[in-house]
Amino acid sequence: MLGVSSRLRWLSPCWGCQGPIKRVEPTSKTLLDQEYPSTLESVDEAETVILQAAADAGFDEDEQHRIGMSVRECMVNAVVHGNRYNRNKVVHVGVTMAGDQFLVRILDQGEGFEVQEVPDPLQENNLLRHSGRGLFLMGAFMDDVKVRKAVPEGTEVTLVKNVPPRQ
Amino acid sequence: MSVKLNTRQVGDVSVVDVSGRITLGEGSSALRDALRDLMAQNNKKILLNLSEVSYIDSSGIGELVSGFTTVANSGGTLKLLGLTKRVKDLLQITKLYTVFDVHEEEAHAIRAFA
Repeated sequence: MLGVSSRLRWLSPCWGCQGPIKRVEPTSKTLLDQEYPSTLESVDEAETVILQAAADAGFDEDEQHRIGMSVRECMVNAVVHGNRYNRNKVVHVGVTMAGDQFLVRILDQGEGFEVQEVPDPLQENNLLRHSGRGLFLMGAFMDDVKVRKAVPEGTEVTLVKNVPPRQ
Repeated sequence: MSVKLNTRQVGDVSVVDVSGRITLGEGSSALRDALRDLMAQNNKKILLNLSEVSYIDSSGIGELVSGFTTVANSGGTLKLLGLTKRVKDLLQITKLYTVFDVHEEEAHAIRAFA
């Protein structure tokens, strides 16, 4: 089990990153490149597709569950908080195998948020809050989570899971 | 599979058997409605049986927390029964496991309301 400080390390914003971000390594393989409407049905669809991709990549059931749940939380954030169910906005989902990493990139068209301002759900005075655990759970379940403000709009979250060595 | 709820009475304790997925949308709203109905009927002792819950997301966790505080603020008590390993893990990493009174045996949980 990760310690609290370790779990919060996933808050690795790239606000103000200079220059183009290298998203795909030369050995990468695109497994999914899809736009979804801003609906809760899209959350289920993306979760189902990416769960299958994770299974194909060799992740065991527990890791598939962690990946699936992280995708669900990220998609909910994109649809509900980012695009606010706006039918004119889409959520772009990409899945890539890059070397030994399984990368899920989820991009919304919302107004964005300051990741540093997201309250720590483990603080005692936040424990009984109704919401605010999604980003924390992504960090707990994935090997890395990167959040950056996209250009010209929206938030891009990259979920990273290291692929287990083949037996 | 979406969520299914069935409420039964054991003495003065309302036991809500929950099965399926508690996720944003139908799942979490169904749980919220069930708890609201019980409170409206002045049922103050509520045991949520989660042994058949296969999946719960942060929205579902939020509904559990809201249910817990709503019932407590009304002078009642909400306890949890039969957590699967994944739900238990989820409550542990969110530091909520010790907030709830969690039981493995229904009879034990019922007695704990006394």
